[in-house]
Amino acid sequence: MIKYILKRLLGMIPVLIGVTILSFAIINLAPGKFSTLDQAMNPKVSPEYQMRLTKAFNLDKPLPVRYLLWLKNSVSFDFGRSFIDNRRIADKIAERIPVTLGINILSLLFVFLVAIPVGIKAATQAGRAFDTVTTYFAFFLLAVPTFWLALLMMQFFCIQLGWLPISGIHSLDFEYFTPWHKIWDVSWHLILPVFVSSVGGLAVISRYMRSSILEALSQPYIYTARAKGLPYRKVVYKHALRNALLPIVTLVGLSIPGLLGGSVIFESIFALPGLGQLFFQAVMSRDIPLIMAEVVLGAVLTITGNLIADISYAYVDPRIRYK
Amino acid sequence: MLVVFLFLAVLPARAQDRGDAIVSASIADARNLLPMLASDSASAEVSGMIFNGLVKYDKDLNLVGDLAETWEILDGGLIIVFHLRKNVLWQDGHLFTAHDVEFTYQKMIDPDVRTPYGGDFERVKSLEVIDDYTVKVTYKEPFAPGLASWGMSIIPKHLLEGRDLNTTDFSRKPVGTGPYALKNWKVQEKIELKANGSYFEHRPYIDRTVTRIIPDESTIFLELQTQGIDSAGLTPLQFSRQTDTAFFKKHFRKFRLPGFNYTYMGYNLSNPKFSDKRVRAALDLAVDKREIIDVVLLGFGVISTGPFVPQSWAYNRSVLPAAFDPQKARKLLAEAGWKDANSDGWLEKGGQAFEFTLVTNQGNEQRQKTAEIIQRRLRDIGIRVKIKVVEWSVFLSEYIDRKNFEAILLGWSVSREPDIYDIWYSAKTKQGEFNFIGYRNDEVDKLLIEGRRIFDQAERQKIYHKIHEIIHDDQPYMFLYTLESLSLLHNRFREVKPAPAGIGYNFIDWWVPKAEQKYRIMP
Repeated sequence: MIKYILKRLLGMIPVLIGVTILSFAIINLAPGKFSTLDQAMNPKVSPEYQMRLTKAFNLDKPLPVRYLLWLKNSVSFDFGRSFIDNRRIADKIAERIPVTLGINILSLLFVFLVAIPVGIKAATQAGRAFDTVTTYFAFFLLAVPTFWLALLMMQFFCIQLGWLPISGIHSLDFEYFTPWHKIWDVSWHLILPVFVSSVGGLAVISRYMRSSILEALSQPYIYTARAKGLPYRKVVYKHALRNALLPIVTLVGLSIPGLLGGSVIFESIFALPGLGQLFFQAVMSRDIPLIMAEVVLGAVLTITGNLIADISYAYVDPRIRYK
Repeated sequence: MLVVFLFLAVLPARAQDRGDAIVSASIADARNLLPMLASDSASAEVSGMIFNGLVKYDKDLNLVGDLAETWEILDGGLIIVFHLRKNVLWQDGHLFTAHDVEFTYQKMIDPDVRTPYGGDFERVKSLEVIDDYTVKVTYKEPFAPGLASWGMSIIPKHLLEGRDLNTTDFSRKPVGTGPYALKNWKVQEKIELKANGSYFEHRPYIDRTVTRIIPDESTIFLELQTQGIDSAGLTPLQFSRQTDTAFFKKHFRKFRLPGFNYTYMGYNLSNPKFSDKRVRAALDLAVDKREIIDVVLLGFGVISTGPFVPQSWAYNRSVLPAAFDPQKARKLLAEAGWKDANSDGWLEKGGQAFEFTLVTNQGNEQRQKTAEIIQRRLRDIGIRVKIKVVEWSVFLSEYIDRKNFEAILLGWSVSREPDIYDIWYSAKTKQGEFNFIGYRNDEVDKLLIEGRRIFDQAERQKIYHKIHEIIHDDQPYMFLYTLESLSLLHNRFREVKPAPAGIGYNFIDWWVPKAEQKYRIMP
């Protein structure tokens, strides 16, 4: 197994290089130029300044040279400095991780805690009232645009009822709160964002779980279990569930890259300082070092996510062995 | 009795209470609080509270002293001598002196410092420190806009000497001479400033300012409805309808102030379609600006007639917008050879139909709607307009830089200093320069140069009035509208007095009575 993992890890290298060459080329060949939105149309800003920046950022060198320069620094985990504010890329990304990762983990937990029981119940009561209602509800959640749902919920819970804060993750005077008050304050601010970011997942995972259980329940070993007189609950939760959870394990692995993927729309609406906004702004202003760092981050997470899914698959399903 | 009377007379009518905070929202985070490197408006807004320049604009848009107490202009404008304020302290307790001014100047012209604002300072021949509180600036030739350029924030020599300004962490931990000092900056979340107790004018009455970063405008509006933020800019629709409720009337005061901007349709003057002045004049007659203002801005704007705004002394009031007159437009076009020869409803000349593409940038709904109205109005006189909306960065690199457009719909922010050399001078057409429409008028060129050499405002006024008149007559742009600045502010703040400069000019005098104060934590 260790040999297998090592082989997979080594295999990551060419994939990563390929991904970065492709992305570097695409970013640089796309129309548009590095610009900070405001300075671009300020008559006080001379063309010499633009040229000075072009030189400072090596944008005057040929593309392959720039890629190799970038690659050389990146292998030692130096992703350079942002064009926009000259700060280290690593710092800029690190300070955004807690919010994005935190919300994504919470919403992933919330999704599994709610969607799995709902899916099981819907499967065991297939065709009856609970199943029908949750089915309709799931499709509604899938179809509803999150930004719209977020605004409606803000209007209702924050303005009409006044129960929850509208935006941000801290109250204004957060620094002066006691530790317990701080935890309370952050949780309070997270309720709406975590719920809204879970909506899509809730719908998908509950449907997945339902069909997975249904399929398991039609297997011969279930008939055996029923025939030997086991109670229905035990059949479902012990025999069917174990097999039905296998595809869910894959889904967990595949959601790993998503853990660090923020959504711009969602983060903008709730004014959350997450990675989604950071990368969106990077793309809009053609901040190449930041975009490249994002590409690498995304690629590494996707590849490791797949690897983890495969490994855990072997772990939960004794029929699968990797060599 | 007399003593008591005198005593009462010198007391202000009512003592201003200290305390409270003002919370505002910004759609973008500041990038760099080292003023000479900051090119975004969010940074400029925050660093403007932390730093001072030598001069500033007062409420009536006149240049007055800030860190400089007075100044003299000698040798017909070749020399400016600044007499600095004494006993001004940096926020770390060091004394501010002429050496800080010298240091700032040296950094402004240092080719290694990535400042976008060096241009005005390259015209300086030398800067001498006469003594700790006197600075003598000698220009290569008289340069009137140079005076206003000394509004550039002065930075502390004792903290920055020998440091690389491009990467210094001073940009995230600034120390200035201004009324507020940075207290806490949480990236993409909020920027908090606290009152500077030793500020040289007087300690501001409001203890704290908090700028929350909220990128979504609908969220900002929802926050207003819970009084989570105290001030915000408004769209015309929000100003006229959505804030017209009992709640907003009770808690907020709305401000409608003249704007420092204009929106225009610019023609590529090297394109044969637009090189004939009669054609440009005809297009101007065919578009009803009042209609655009009423429909797109819901009335919150004025018709623009030239490169200045009405509240500026450079604006020539005798230049009037052309009345909407499609008939006359058709006649002018016919004179220029554009006729509907084959009666298909579209104008032609030499077998070529009159059609052009109007390009504007994505993300500005007002411009897109304006483009549609222009399209409709020009269709009425037989001109086919295609509208193309492109992303800003692509717009700049593929259309503006390469001058690859027929017509563009854009806007300019108008600065307080009326020098518009960079936009209208005939040689400013290189890539990255701002006369991208290729305007050329020898008289305007001459006047633009003259306007930079003369310091006397009455004399300069004549020059800029003439420029306004000529440019309006030439119609290199179709001048469309100036959008008013619409905002609201929580009504607990006192001493807020709108003036031509807006409302922020006397922010350090704003105060909130103790009983109405909302944020009570002391910084």
